[in-house]
Amino acid sequence: MSQATESDVREDGIIESVSGPVVTARDLDARMNDVVYVGSEGLMGEVIEIEGNITTIQVYEETSGVSPGEPVEGTGAPLSVDLGPGMLDAIYDGVQRPLDVLEEKMGSAYLDRGVDAPGIDLEKEWEFQPEVAEGDSVEAGDIVGTVPETPSIDHKVMVPPNSDGGEVTAIESGTFTVEETVVELDSGEEIQMRQEWPVRQQRPSVDKETPTEPLISGQRVLDGLFPIAKGGTAAIPGPFGSGKTVTQHQLAKWADADIVVYVGCGERGNEMTEVIEDFPELEDPITGNALMDRTCLIANTSNMPVAARESCVYTGITIAEYFRDMGYDVALMADSTSRWAEAMREISSRLEEMPGEEGYPAYLSARLSAFYERAGYFSNINGTEGSVSVIGAVSPPGGDFSEPVTQNTLRIVKTFWALDADLAERRHFPSINWNESYSLYREQLDPWFVDNVRDDWPETRQWAIDTLDEEAELQEIVQLVGKDALPEDQQLTLEIARYLREAWLQQNAFHPTDTYCEPEKTYRIMDAIKTYNDEAFEALDAGVPVEELTDIESAPRLNRIGVQEDYNEYIDELEDDITSELRELY
Amino acid sequence: MKEYQTITEISGPLVFVETDEPVGYDEIVEIEIGDGETRRGQVLESASDHVAIQVFEGTEGIDRDASVRFLGETMKMPVTEDLLGRVMDGTGQPIDGGPEIVPDDRQDIVGAAINPYSREYPEEFIQTGVSAIDGMNTLVRGQKLPIFSASGLPHNDLALQIARQASVPEEEEGSEEGSEFAVIFGAMGITAEEANEFMDDFERTGALERSVVFMNLADDPAVERTITPRLALTTAEYLAFEKDYHVLVILTDMTNYCEALREIGAAREEVPGRRGYPGYMYTDLAQLYERAGRIEGRDGSVTQIPILTMPGDDDTHPIPDLTGYITEGQIYIDRDLNSQGVQPPINVLPSLSRLMDDGIGEGLTRADHADVKDQIFAAYAEGEDLRDLVNIVGREALSDLDNKYLDFADRFEEEFVDQGYDTDRDIDETLELGWDLLSMLPKDALNRIDEELIEEHYREEETAEEVAAD
Ligand SMILES: Nc1ncnc2c1ncn2[C@@H]1O[C@H](COP(=O)(O)OP(=O)(O)O)[C@@H](O)[C@H]1O
Ligand SMILES: [Mg+2]
Repeated sequence: MSQATESDVREDGIIESVSGPVVTARDLDARMNDVVYVGSEGLMGEVIEIEGNITTIQVYEETSGVSPGEPVEGTGAPLSVDLGPGMLDAIYDGVQRPLDVLEEKMGSAYLDRGVDAPGIDLEKEWEFQPEVAEGDSVEAGDIVGTVPETPSIDHKVMVPPNSDGGEVTAIESGTFTVEETVVELDSGEEIQMRQEWPVRQQRPSVDKETPTEPLISGQRVLDGLFPIAKGGTAAIPGPFGSGKTVTQHQLAKWADADIVVYVGCGERGNEMTEVIEDFPELEDPITGNALMDRTCLIANTSNMPVAARESCVYTGITIAEYFRDMGYDVALMADSTSRWAEAMREISSRLEEMPGEEGYPAYLSARLSAFYERAGYFSNINGTEGSVSVIGAVSPPGGDFSEPVTQNTLRIVKTFWALDADLAERRHFPSINWNESYSLYREQLDPWFVDNVRDDWPETRQWAIDTLDEEAELQEIVQLVGKDALPEDQQLTLEIARYLREAWLQQNAFHPTDTYCEPEKTYRIMDAIKTYNDEAFEALDAGVPVEELTDIESAPRLNRIGVQEDYNEYIDELEDDITSELRELY
Repeated sequence: MKEYQTITEISGPLVFVETDEPVGYDEIVEIEIGDGETRRGQVLESASDHVAIQVFEGTEGIDRDASVRFLGETMKMPVTEDLLGRVMDGTGQPIDGGPEIVPDDRQDIVGAAINPYSREYPEEFIQTGVSAIDGMNTLVRGQKLPIFSASGLPHNDLALQIARQASVPEEEEGSEEGSEFAVIFGAMGITAEEANEFMDDFERTGALERSVVFMNLADDPAVERTITPRLALTTAEYLAFEKDYHVLVILTDMTNYCEALREIGAAREEVPGRRGYPGYMYTDLAQLYERAGRIEGRDGSVTQIPILTMPGDDDTHPIPDLTGYITEGQIYIDRDLNSQGVQPPINVLPSLSRLMDDGIGEGLTRADHADVKDQIFAAYAEGEDLRDLVNIVGREALSDLDNKYLDFADRFEEEFVDQGYDTDRDIDETLELGWDLLSMLPKDALNRIDEELIEEHYREEETAEEVAAD
């Protein structure tokens, strides 16, 4: 978290009452959303209500043992993050304190209280390469230099968004800490590699554009049927165990974003540990560098203080916007937005606010939309273009999608990946229900798939959708009369649809090859099944009985394409075998 | 230490006291009532002139004259290795007539959160000897894997079987080094009869010596149940992370724990969440369940098996629902399987072990484990589906293959799952049994299994029958 640097230290207050994460203070001179330090241990908190002489504070740390009468100290600054080189490959708590630094400072594996640490290392020296020269005039947001932050990412050092700009009077080159001045302007302004930004405020941009490029996920069901755009929004609701986290992890691993911000909001500690242990060893399929080099992790697990759970999504999206401003495509995953909403509810109920639906505060919907509004494909103020894609997991109680968080989220996001407990139970993974899910980006992304994958991507996909739709209808009849009672052509359709489900939609996240599927391969598997379909229907027309068509020896090999690394060769051969086997039947 | 005789209100488990000095949030309180009896409680809310106290042993018999002392510290558990073999009540007072406990340390029972950065990802296979778990929903050291059960079902038999049989394969091979194993048993509101079941088993098998027991029984105060699991987990953490034990914590029944939370919430007139349970129940449960795990650089581990009974067999009820959202999977005990006499009646389909994928495979269990598991899941789900259909159209209307799936599902339940509470199968036996069953299906149908593994393990025709017979 950003260390309050503003000098205007305000008057201290006195704690009036303590109830869990909510503390009230008397005589505190503070503004709404200011950061304050609570009690003799100096626990970090944020002002969330001011009423007369009483200020209500949500505290980001455990409050056991804190008592009325202890002091509260204002900082005069809103909750902000430190922005600068050093955020990639980092893991933060919900208020941007680096967890590795905390471990060291606390000398313990347990999170102690009252320990603060800056979000970026203030002592580390970075190689600053200037991009402007003396005499150039620069404006807010302009890139003045770059820092090779990780093998994957050049960090762009920018004039802060709230600067008035001016003419460059001095510029440095060489190694500096983030606090040393690298550029001076004629206005007297000094620019460092580090800047601060209040988390609850969107960073400025010129314009939002219509996204036209997909965020390729390497997951067949997503790229093939329900693609999300770069700058798009998606929700993954599902009951526990249906695959929210694995899907989010898959996106964090394989999505073709430049930067990934992964927010573990109120979920399991081990899931964050898994990322910390796995990502440094995984390779980005595009750059070949370690995945961790492009990743920033924010971990506020379920047992960590609830107020910091409320703030962690904001910390995450602010970091995402900062990289967007550099012209990067950023993907942010939040697992789970329901925990954030519940934190809001918990704080709201301690404030005794009037509850709305299911106890959530009346502003739930406004907060959710304000958050998702920060996603988009942007024209930045420095002339670059960048995007923030937001993918939020939703954890509906009892798996019931009619609850407020799911419903309010679905009103905002444009991609809906509906997880299905039934599919998960039969271990059909990813358990994304193809009948219920949708992507409103599908048509606007088609030109990209046509240009970059295959001309007939939209038509082939439509064929797959139609086949799956037909299967859903036929299944209802089968449940009543059995498969054998259906006409032959429908029996054949069922068999084809089964291959679509098993060979195409299913994808094993834990198989070293199958875990990532490039769009070309997604297309080719679908097309191979279509070849089988087309050839089989011709044979059926020629009078071959359906059992012979479904019994051909080569067809089951369709199920093995996913795990083939050299899939092109494998599919060529398989398509030949299927065709010749079928043609031999008549 | 200041004493107050200023109780202003007594309501359910809560007592409100006027104070003239600040009192810390969460602090421990002693309340002395007329006859010299002392009750303990905890500060739930602290304002400058009054506090709300939750009394563990109940407020019965407390009146305005009772005197209230604030101890100036939060609740602590005295910990020492000597706790092994001891039996305590739900507040940590010994009830076994044993010697006084001389603590090595006194630790805060609320337990700070483990820094996610300091955790080590659990991936060490625990062999429970139960095929439905080892084969299909593998438990690993440091996992939290609850049993989702319901009233009248044999969850205790399963928990005891796991406690008895749990081992880590390398240890079986006789190497005595490495960490020792300990069981912590935290009972919340269970009946005396159930408690005896556990105690008898612990005594019979000699497990008591390496166990620490905390007993809050059905007729003990409900509010006390909110601290029992914290005492148990504090002890577990001490043994695991300071004394290198591999600790298995069994907490039963979490449903009673949650009822106690609801009772306190209602007494505080809080805005209730779903079905009257407090809105912070997710956070509260997480603060218990997340105390399982492994920590980098420490040899021990805390594995949790919480047991809960689902009201109305309904897994969307807030107690199982919130639990499932926090724990690393769940094991379902199934009423139908139980009435069919399957022991243990585990329904593997809705069951899940989230840590399984990294805990199995070559070098950990066996190279074919993941594929065999996936295929069995798929085949059993298929067979289960067909059972509905066969009721309508009859077996004759189904294809050969469909009939095989039906047989597979039957045999899976009868042979793989129904092993009895005294059978201890090693992972090889479990997987071989899996292959016996899978070999009922044509090779072509085994599309989740690597072709080489099929070549290696698939039983050609007759052999399948023979092996299955023994
Ligand atoms: N794509 C996938 N491939 C293989 N297994 C998966 C996949 N998605 C989910 N799973 C399985 O389902 C389990 C639960 O998934 P998870 O994402 O943790 O669920 P949720 O976050 O919805 O509770 C995982 O532990 C894993 O075993
Ligand atoms: Mg999850």
